[in-house]
Amino acid sequence: MQQTTSTDAPVLRLDRITKTFPGVKALDQVQLGLYPGQVTALIGENGAGKSTLVKILTGIYQPDGGAIYVGDEQVSFPTAQDAAAHGITAIHQETVLFDDLTVAENIFLGHAPKTKWGLIDTKTQTRRATEILRSIGADIDPQTRLRDLGIASKHLVAISRALSIDARVVIMDEPTAALSHKEIHELYDLVDQLKAQGKAILFISHKFDEIFKIADRYTVFRDGQFVADGKIADINEGELVQMMVGRSVDQVFPKRESLLGTEVLQVVGYDHPTEFEGINFKLHRGEILGFYGLVGAGRSEFMQSLFGITKPSKGVTKVDGKITVIRSPAAAVEAGIVYVPEDRGLQGAIRPMPIFQNVSLASLKKTSKNGFIRLAEEFAMAREYTQRLDLRAASLDTPVGNLSGGNQQKVVIAKWLATKPKVIILDEPTKGIDIGSKAAVHDFMAELASQGLAVIMVSSEIPEVLGMSDRVIVMREGRIAAEVSGDDMTPETLVRHAAGIAEA
Amino acid sequence: MNILKSREMILTAAIVVLLGLVATRFPAFIAPSNLVAVFNDTSPLILLAIGQMIVILTKCIDLSVAANLALTGMVCAMINVAAPGVPVVVIIAVAIGLGAVLGAFNGVLVWKLDIPPIVVTLGTMTIYRGIIFLISDGKWVNSHEMSPAFKAFPRAEFLGLPMLSWIAILMTVIFFTIITRTTLGRSFYAVGGNPHAAVYTGINVGKSQFWAFTFSGALAGLVGYLWVSRYAVAYVDIALGFELDVVAACVIGGIAISGGIGSIGGAVLGALFLGVIKNALPVVNISPFWQMAISGSAIIIAIAVNTRAGRTKGRIILKKAEATQ
Repeated sequence: MQQTTSTDAPVLRLDRITKTFPGVKALDQVQLGLYPGQVTALIGENGAGKSTLVKILTGIYQPDGGAIYVGDEQVSFPTAQDAAAHGITAIHQETVLFDDLTVAENIFLGHAPKTKWGLIDTKTQTRRATEILRSIGADIDPQTRLRDLGIASKHLVAISRALSIDARVVIMDEPTAALSHKEIHELYDLVDQLKAQGKAILFISHKFDEIFKIADRYTVFRDGQFVADGKIADINEGELVQMMVGRSVDQVFPKRESLLGTEVLQVVGYDHPTEFEGINFKLHRGEILGFYGLVGAGRSEFMQSLFGITKPSKGVTKVDGKITVIRSPAAAVEAGIVYVPEDRGLQGAIRPMPIFQNVSLASLKKTSKNGFIRLAEEFAMAREYTQRLDLRAASLDTPVGNLSGGNQQKVVIAKWLATKPKVIILDEPTKGIDIGSKAAVHDFMAELASQGLAVIMVSSEIPEVLGMSDRVIVMREGRIAAEVSGDDMTPETLVRHAAGIAEA
Repeated sequence: MNILKSREMILTAAIVVLLGLVATRFPAFIAPSNLVAVFNDTSPLILLAIGQMIVILTKCIDLSVAANLALTGMVCAMINVAAPGVPVVVIIAVAIGLGAVLGAFNGVLVWKLDIPPIVVTLGTMTIYRGIIFLISDGKWVNSHEMSPAFKAFPRAEFLGLPMLSWIAILMTVIFFTIITRTTLGRSFYAVGGNPHAAVYTGINVGKSQFWAFTFSGALAGLVGYLWVSRYAVAYVDIALGFELDVVAACVIGGIAISGGIGSIGGAVLGALFLGVIKNALPVVNISPFWQMAISGSAIIIAIAVNTRAGRTKGRIILKKAEATQ
């Protein structure tokens, strides 16, 4: 830790970097400096632009404006190889390595030592891999297949790979999100070693305890803009949270009066061996219940089990006061619970299928008799729900794949509404859609609630959670960390509970 | 939908052009009686292509159809030899039933054990052929051992068309209805189009695939009897390699190998296209090796057309572009 020249000139510097996507300014003139032998924590809510920044640094995205300097030299990274050639390497949440290659092969893939015949010199490769692994204190046989290693060991291999290309800048994107307690401490030791070797480290994390434990500097982004940077020693947690959430964004949410009706869903003692435990809550008609938490807090995992995709080891679901056994998604739909999953591309619409068939897909029982579909009823149902959602398409015969993202989302929502559900679970309903479509989804959610539907909204965007919910359940590490409502619903409370910080 | 419709139009046009070209040199080829003969000759391929199309629709593939056909055909022939008095209707029921069981076996392996379909059916393809050898000792069942009624059925004419052709037409209609008008048919498209979404919609992906394999098997079994009785011979190697023609017919017919896209009309037209080529080329005196090359080219051209049609269009961001859409 006793660097002599810690306030040197930055090894990597970003100046007024801007990146625009259709409808969104992901990064707006942001700056960042990384210093040799120091850990810089990049802090920001989801959507603050951290991932975009990492992608620019690793040559996956090209900035629309601004400049990148390595030392004093202005550079650009047209490809991932160019970023690597400048000594920039990233270790991702889920390591990007090859399961069926050996550890040594993974470390040297793309720059393996060669024999004079141009073949891979496996002996040298193994020897050098052993040296690198030993240098970071990793007790891994370089001949092991990567598949046989745990996540923590895979991280070590990723780090060894970074060292093998003589990286100057190491980007760690939420490296501890999937690690156990012990593994996290091993990772901290490793970060210390990288510092001692003079590497500049960009550390992205939502966990405040670890930021204060290992970071030397911080940089805060909010909504794609640079907010502040400085030394960790000069700041405390409260101030960081304040900078991170800032004033609520100028986003307008539909005003509605919450008229809570009778209880429609009660979840008692949901436990899963590895993903979550002790989940209890009630839900009322006309209520929007927000589920907030960091990525990996177990929210989606719990919702999937509530919907019958995975099974909890314990737990009771009561719908309208009656104990209801949900063993399959079909049973959940039958019981009046529907789940609109996060990724509309992967889990939402059937893209080659026409709109009307997508809309009726979950309600075919209603539009068919003895297994035969009644096309007129099917079409009527599709027309009714697409009109309610103001879906504009030339014809209901159009394949959903031809629609824009926002319209595809509407088709998925129409599909679920057509089942006439009692409870609708929306998992990150506005992730990755443009602002106009977001507002439409919000209005719609409010309308659902006003019609007496109970809505569960899983969201990682604080303004959305606060703007839409009547009540918020915060999850952390697979448990309910807090349930907040009324005046307690502030950005600070949510962030504190989600990150596990005690009251200031 | 438009792509599919135009695909069917293109295929129909291609078949007509092909017929026209042959007719310029051999007008007799397009005489009604000859066209009926070509259709009849293609009927087994049509039946199998319908089954295969359903399987491919669910993101699977069934390579065991020809082996299933051969095994069922052999069993039918042996029943006929052992008990010549068993009526043809019973034989057909046995053929469909046994074929369905063999297909369901594929389906169970895919559904319950989660083995990739290509591996499952590659395995059962060999197993089914092996079973034929075991039950027949590798011997042939020849024409003179079969009862006249057994052999006569596929050739029996009704309104100028042989029964074989009528069965192909009947199955086309039945499966067209199943595919377009039933919830099960709809689930085939959903499962192939987006398996993850299908799960969230409450559709059991494995079960849908199981039914697809069962249908494919039942049709293969039916063809087994028709094939053996029509050619009046049963032995281990009948229809060897025919599964590839069946897959080719589907591909030419616009059934996407990636699942979720295709129609019964496409499968039937794809089979007819191959059938016309196979029947026309010998007439025009083109060597069998050229025939293989031409069939192969047709497959590759079809895939190229599919890929172009299926290529995702760029995102529509400009307002004016959206307006014109």
